[in-house]
Amino acid sequence: MWKEKAIKIFFTGAATTSIVVVGLIFLFLGKEAAPFIFSENVAKLFGTEWVPVSFEKEQFGVLPLITGSFLVTFLAILFAVPFGVLSAVYLSEIATKTEQEILKPLIELLAGIPSVVIGFFGIIVLSPILKNTFGLESGLNAINGAILLALMATPTIITISDDAIRSVSTSYKQASIALGASKLQTIWRVVVPDALSGIIAAVMLGIGRVIGETMTVLMVTGNAAIITANPFDSVRTMTATIAAEMGEVPFGSDHYRVLFCIGIILLLITFGLNMIAQKVLRRRGV
Amino acid sequence: MSSDTLNNEPAIKTHIPDSFEDGQGCTPNNIKISVKDLNFFYGIRQVLFDISLNIYDKKVTAFIGPSGCGKSTFLRTLNRMNDIIEGTRHNGDILIDGNDIYAEKVNLVELRKKVGMVFQRSNPFPKSVFENVAYGPRIHGIKNKSELDDIVEKSLKNAGLWEEVKDRLTSNALALSGGQQQRLCIARALAIDPEILLMDEPASALDPKSTTRVEDLISELKENYTIVIVTHSMQQAARVSDYTAFFYEGDLVEFDKTKKIFTMPAKKQTEDYITGRFG
Ligand SMILES: Nc1ncnc2c1ncn2[C@@H]1O[C@H](COP(=O)(O)OP(=O)(O)O)[C@@H](O)[C@H]1O
Ligand SMILES: [Mg+2]
Repeated sequence: MWKEKAIKIFFTGAATTSIVVVGLIFLFLGKEAAPFIFSENVAKLFGTEWVPVSFEKEQFGVLPLITGSFLVTFLAILFAVPFGVLSAVYLSEIATKTEQEILKPLIELLAGIPSVVIGFFGIIVLSPILKNTFGLESGLNAINGAILLALMATPTIITISDDAIRSVSTSYKQASIALGASKLQTIWRVVVPDALSGIIAAVMLGIGRVIGETMTVLMVTGNAAIITANPFDSVRTMTATIAAEMGEVPFGSDHYRVLFCIGIILLLITFGLNMIAQKVLRRRGV
Repeated sequence: MSSDTLNNEPAIKTHIPDSFEDGQGCTPNNIKISVKDLNFFYGIRQVLFDISLNIYDKKVTAFIGPSGCGKSTFLRTLNRMNDIIEGTRHNGDILIDGNDIYAEKVNLVELRKKVGMVFQRSNPFPKSVFENVAYGPRIHGIKNKSELDDIVEKSLKNAGLWEEVKDRLTSNALALSGGQQQRLCIARALAIDPEILLMDEPASALDPKSTTRVEDLISELKENYTIVIVTHSMQQAARVSDYTAFFYEGDLVEFDKTKKIFTMPAKKQTEDYITGRFG
C-alpha cells in the first residue's frame, strides 16, 4: 500500500515540479519586463522599427521581429512538412529493407548535427548558391534560414511519422489491396488517415524545433529588422535578437527589459501553438 | 510458359476428375476456377505440392485440414494476395473463367475486383460504416453520391446487416460487435460486385450465434457468387459447402462432393481427419 502511495506522490511531485518551473519562468521574465510594461514607454513596443541603440531616439518596435520570426517559421514549415511526411511514407511503406538500413542512420545523423554547424553550412554553401541562382545582393536571408530550419525539423517529423505509419495494422492494408486498391491508393486512403494523429504530433514537434531555434537563424538570416513578406529579404527573428543583444545590453535599461518582453511574447506564441495542437489532436479523438 | 495460349483460348478446361462427369450440374461448363499442378514456395520452403482441382460456379467449396497445411496460402493464390509477401513463388496454372490469372498481362485490379476476399479476423477500416462499404467502389472510380448510396445499401442488405446499421452509417465501424464487423467486411467485399468470394475462416473469431448468421449468409450468397471458404470446423464445412477439399501438409489429399467426403471418403487419411482421429 505505502509503495503505491509513494509512487503516486513521486509522479504528482514530478508533474507539479514541471508546472512550477514553467510558472517560475513566466514570473522571472515578467519581473524583468514589468518596469517597462508599466511605464509610459510601453507604446514603443508596437512601433514598426527596431533601433534599440541610438544617440537620438531608441525604437523598440517588435513588429519586425515578430514578422521576421513568422516568415522564417512559415517558410520552414512549408518546406519541412511535405518533405518530412512524404519521406516518412516512403521510408515506412515503399523503401526496400536495404534502403531503410541506409536512410535511417543518415536521418538520425542529421538530427544530431549541432545548429552552429548547420549555420556554417548556410553561410558557406547555401548562401552563395541562393545569391547566384536568384541574383541577390546577399544570400543571408529568410529563405536561407527557412531551408536550414526545415532541414533541422525533418528528422523529427520523419522519425515520429515513420513510427506512426508503421503502427498501422497490416490487416487494413491487406483489406485495401484485396479490394483492388493499388499500393499508393492504400497509402493515401487507409494508412495515412489512420496514422494522422501521430503525423500531426510529429509535425507539431517539428514546428516546436523550428520556432525555438536560435543559433542558425542568427547566423544566416541577415538580421535586418524589417517588416517584409519577401523570402529573399534579410530578416531578424525574435530568438536571434535576444541571443545577439542580451550579452551587451546595460543591465536594467529599457532595452534590457524589452528583450524580456520579447521572451514573453515568444513563450505566449509557443503556448498558443501548443494549445491549438492539443485541440486538434483531441478533436480527432486521440 | 503457355499462359498466352491459355489466355486466348479459354476453352482449355481439362483435368476434371472422372467421378464428376456424371454428377448433377458438374459439367466442365460451370467450372469457375481451375487449378493445375500448383506448387507454392515461401522462399525455399515449399508449402503446396502439385495441387489440381476445380472450383465450380455458384457453389460453395470448403478447404479443410489441420492448421498449417496450406489452406490459407492456397486461398491467397486465387486472388494473388501472396504477391505482396516477399520471396514467394509458384509454378503451375490457375485459370479463372479459363484465363491464366498469373499471366503477365493480367490486371491485378480487375482480378481482385472479380475475386473478393474476407479475412479470418474481421478488419473493417477505422472509418465509418458507410465509408467502409464505399471504399471499394470509390477506389474503382465511382464518385456519384447517390450511386454510392445505392451500392452501400444493396451491399449491406446482401450481407444481412442493413437493418442493424441503417441508422448509424456514419458511426465508426469499430463500434460494431464482432459479428457485425465481419458481416460489414463481407458487405465491403460485395460492394465491388465480385464473382468469387474467398473467405478465410470467416467465423473462427465469432460467437456461435454470429457464426450461424454468417453461415446462413453464405448459403444465401451462393445463389449469386462462387464461394471458397477455409474452415477448421468440419461441422461448418458439412453445413455450408457443396464441395470439400481436404489438405494435409501441403498435399490435396481428397476433393469431392461434401456429402461424399463426409459419408464415404476415399482415403483413409480423410476418414481419420473427419472422424477426429488427428488434427
Ligand atoms: N508469410 C509466410 N511466410 C513464410 N511461411 C508462411 C507464411 N504464411 C504461412 N507460412 C507457412 O506456410 C504453411 C502453410 O500455412 P497456411 O497457409 O497459413 O496454413 P493454414 O491456413 O492451413 O493453417 C505453414 O507451415 C506456415 O508456417
Ligand atoms: Mg489459415
